[in-house]
Amino acid sequence: MSKKVAIVQFPGTNCELDTEYAFQKLGCETEIIWHKNSEIPVDTDLVVIPGGFSYGDYLRSGAIARFSPIMKAVKEFAENGNNVLGICNGFQVLVESHLLEGAMKRNEDLHFISKHHHLKVENSENRFLSKMGDGDIVNIPIAHADGNYFIDEVGLESLRANNQIILSYCDENGDTQNPNGSVESIAGICNKNRNVFGLMPHPERAMDSILGSSDGVKMLEGFLD
Amino acid sequence: MKAIVNIYLKAGVLDSQGKAVHHALDSLGFQDSVSDVRIGRQIVLKLRSGSKDDAKAETEKMCEELLANTVIEDYEIEILDV
Repeated sequence: MSKKVAIVQFPGTNCELDTEYAFQKLGCETEIIWHKNSEIPVDTDLVVIPGGFSYGDYLRSGAIARFSPIMKAVKEFAENGNNVLGICNGFQVLVESHLLEGAMKRNEDLHFISKHHHLKVENSENRFLSKMGDGDIVNIPIAHADGNYFIDEVGLESLRANNQIILSYCDENGDTQNPNGSVESIAGICNKNRNVFGLMPHPERAMDSILGSSDGVKMLEGFLD
Repeated sequence: MKAIVNIYLKAGVLDSQGKAVHHALDSLGFQDSVSDVRIGRQIVLKLRSGSKDDAKAETEKMCEELLANTVIEDYEIEILDV
């Protein structure tokens, strides 16, 4: 049976259609959910918070979206052990909502960065990256101004100890290359229960080799099992 | 009652904007005058609180819950009786 993916849309979200396209391409049933809804559709297998500029990034990226009615439902959905994926602004919303640890700062060089970047799979023992192997390298677009992931030393130790660092930025050979100043070049993490995932890069924009890369397919496929 | 909230990145968290402005001031010839630059955000609240203590306590709560991201930011609150 095809998987059901609910895609949350806030005012200012702009990647909901790309995300829908990506999951439909993988054979999923998709529904875009306006943030004023207070319930996740029944039988939803995965909730995706897509990229964009929810609430114009006012105050801090993701800070206001956290108060939308749908976020209470997303929190409950996650607490029940279901899968939630936050991409780019979605990752920012998840850290501001305390569903993921850490915080996002302005990119170290203060620029909005928009380009393809290589990523290394740091840990594949999770639902999201289950179709990949540790050390695998993918080429995925990044597009953000506030992607400089920060967590203090104690938090970082805890992320390491629980294998919560799932993706890091690297060059084509897998050597560390840090585009935005993120602690440990972190590009993506998961929560302790391994059901909430956040990453700054956009796998949904890497679904067709004619558009530069189809590496997003093997990432998102993890949710199909 | 008025609350003036100043929010800055914590000491030890690199402030890229502050650093960039520091470099710019250096190149304007202020290198001997300026030893550090921090850039923050100021939020001014008009409050209905009855006392300064209430105003402070409420504003602190607002900072903890929304106005600052205490993972990376510190805040200072000034209450004015106006």
